Amino acid sequence: MKRFIASFLIVFLATVGGASAGSLYPEIPKAVGAAHPEGNAFMRINHMKLLRHDRDETMRLGNRDTQYSLKDCVACHAVMGPDALPISVKEEGHFCRSCHEFAAVKVDCFQCHNSKPDEGFTALLGKSPAATVEEISAYLNGVTQ
Amino acid sequence: MERTVYSEVTPTPAIWMLGVLLGAFIAAAGLSVLYIEHHGHIVTGMNNQIVWGLPHVFAIFLIVAASGALNVASIASVFGKIENKPMARYSGLLSISLLAGGLAVLVLDLGRPDRLIVAMTTYNFTSIFAWNIILYNGFFAIVGAYLFVQMARGIAPNVIRAVGTAAFVWRLALTTGTGSIFGWLVARSGYDAAIMAPLFIIMSFSFGLAFFILVLGTTFPLTNRFLGPNLIKRLGRLLGVFAVAVLYFTAVRHLTNFYAAEHGDFERFILFGDTMFTPLFWIGQVLIGGVIPAAMLLRHAEKTSKRQVLAASILIILGGIAHLYGIIIGGQAFPLEIFPAYDVTSTFADGVINNYSPTIYEWALGLGGVALAVMIAGMGVVALRILPMSLSDAKIDPTEPDF
Amino acid sequence: MKLPALNNETVRPAEMNRRDFFKSGAAVASVTLAPGVTLMAFGGEANANADAGKRWGMLIDVNKCATDCNACVTACSTENGWKMDGNPETDAQWIRKVDLTHKQTGREASLPMMCQHCETPPCVDVCPTGASFKRADGIVLVDKHTCIGCRYCMMACPFKARSFVHEDVEDQAAHAPRGKGTVESCTLCVHRVDEGGIPACVESCSATGHGAMMFGDLNDPASDIAQALKNYASIGLRDDLRLNPGVRYTNL
Repeated sequence: MKRFIASFLIVFLATVGGASAGSLYPEIPKAVGAAHPEGNAFMRINHMKLLRHDRDETMRLGNRDTQYSLKDCVACHAVMGPDALPISVKEEGHFCRSCHEFAAVKVDCFQCHNSKPDEGFTALLGKSPAATVEEISAYLNGVTQ
Repeated sequence: MERTVYSEVTPTPAIWMLGVLLGAFIAAAGLSVLYIEHHGHIVTGMNNQIVWGLPHVFAIFLIVAASGALNVASIASVFGKIENKPMARYSGLLSISLLAGGLAVLVLDLGRPDRLIVAMTTYNFTSIFAWNIILYNGFFAIVGAYLFVQMARGIAPNVIRAVGTAAFVWRLALTTGTGSIFGWLVARSGYDAAIMAPLFIIMSFSFGLAFFILVLGTTFPLTNRFLGPNLIKRLGRLLGVFAVAVLYFTAVRHLTNFYAAEHGDFERFILFGDTMFTPLFWIGQVLIGGVIPAAMLLRHAEKTSKRQVLAASILIILGGIAHLYGIIIGGQAFPLEIFPAYDVTSTFADGVINNYSPTIYEWALGLGGVALAVMIAGMGVVALRILPMSLSDAKIDPTEPDF
Repeated sequence: MKLPALNNETVRPAEMNRRDFFKSGAAVASVTLAPGVTLMAFGGEANANADAGKRWGMLIDVNKCATDCNACVTACSTENGWKMDGNPETDAQWIRKVDLTHKQTGREASLPMMCQHCETPPCVDVCPTGASFKRADGIVLVDKHTCIGCRYCMMACPFKARSFVHEDVEDQAAHAPRGKGTVESCTLCVHRVDEGGIPACVESCSATGHGAMMFGDLNDPASDIAQALKNYASIGLRDDLRLNPGVRYTNL
């Protein structure tokens, strides 16, 4: 009897474990636009260092022409919700959150930074067919007013 | 000369009950901190006008008392009064635990307490606050070393004296730094004063000794060990002198401020105003915290009973909290004078006296810090050989002055 | 008008280089402003680094400031994403209107008050972590990555310019991150200034027609503001503290 229960448990857990093994890994939403030239592995390991360096460049030295600004990351990695608007980090599908929750590393950025890109920008991205030059320049003009 | 025997305290049921009570206060403080951190400081009484509130009053009180509690040991090691030696270990332990309690309150009230590591690794050395962080951490190290050399076998007396002197000098620097946190704020009429540093030093003498007497006088009997009445009387006399000294420095500070026309409005606000700060000063700080305990301790000092000394200690502590409340909150309640020749109004409380009503969360945090200090001291005497088997009066001549 | 990065081709924005996209926006900003708005002071090229040769400052003419006008406050709150939520004690206020009545003469006046961007800022001196800092071009900022929320800078500021964020913040402006538990104050619209623009408050003040606020480079003797300061009497608030603020007031 004991042996039967033991073997049943082992088979049961193995099946369940096997079935859910695929769902243990995070589902990372695809980003808009071209992939980083450095490659995903490099970005996964080093993105914080790059962000931190560039933030000091921008914050302390006023250099806004940096390579890895958080604003650009958030804009490109925006995930659209059911209402075709980008979701914030409070919701589960958010790009940064999906990986950080898996790795159990707290993300401090979004206490202060907006986890959603500027609305006008992503509306352009989400458009199909693609936004025309006139629409983009109209948007840019609107931003500067 | 007879040897003093130190031993760990065996916890009695009374001590266990005290531990449970303290634990409850500490837990309440912990829950408060979680609540404040989750919802933000909007749930407290602190705002953009009263920026530092009741938790800071408690924290600064504990920090100031911490440096003063070391006095008893310093009198033994640095000034050579061997009658104080049996209490020296406890004095060191209590100073560490008071500082720990005060710092806990201070750190947990930060807007971003999760960034404590940043505070301890990134320093701006033009800030006296940054220096204070170094002084506080160094205090733990130095007093820890002081306790070690007292408790280890075979350490030469001149080594103990050297470490004790280092601890004494360090604590003077620490208290000067704490006072300068306020004294170096040139922007506000209630602060901007060089006397803040020595005022805090003398407050530390007074509050630290009062706390020491109170904790010793109430907890030593719980251990079923003998506490001689003359010892408490002698410490009480010293406390009386310190209480008078605090009154003196207070008088000098306010008289000087009052004389300067630019600070006159602030002094009128504190000394003769319509708000609670005026009775807090005269009744809380001066009467209850100074005149009454000094009279109790110094008039007919040879007839002062142990009970009177303990009561006077409580009064000094209450008066001390009133004193710090008046300094910290009073300095912020008075409106910042940006346009001295004008009456001003704005949406940002310019030109008006600011009100502050602490919430239960701030009380919980502050009292939790006090409980933490007593708890750490209690755990120390139970685990380590800190308290002597007896604090009898055999070696103490009650008529001999302390200094 | 030709947008440099797009080259008049129909390009899917998703395939563009991110940097080019934002850079093109910046280039536009430095030239296109709302019609009818006087270019109060030109900041310099877009994407200019904080330049130690410059010192940004403001000149405010108290006589031109109207008591019932709040345009600067509204513009700042819209631009930077803070708002008055009905709790004046805990709401952040980067800029405020102060109404003055002289104690002896009874003269009434009104002026906007914000961070004065001092040359020797007390807030920078007292910050234990160095989060409160002054940029090479004189703009005083809070590095919220290092701010621990101790509020010592708020105690030290003679102008009560700093605000503490008392509750969670959502939907921050992308160029003005702000969050609970840190301290903030007027940034002199550094995100605009770095792109060659002027602060939102100054822009809105001239849009209302009052023109009480002027912005520019104090170190450039040819700039409008330097000329105005040279020719007209002005004071810095609490000059007795010798802070040499970058914001000066005339007719006060």
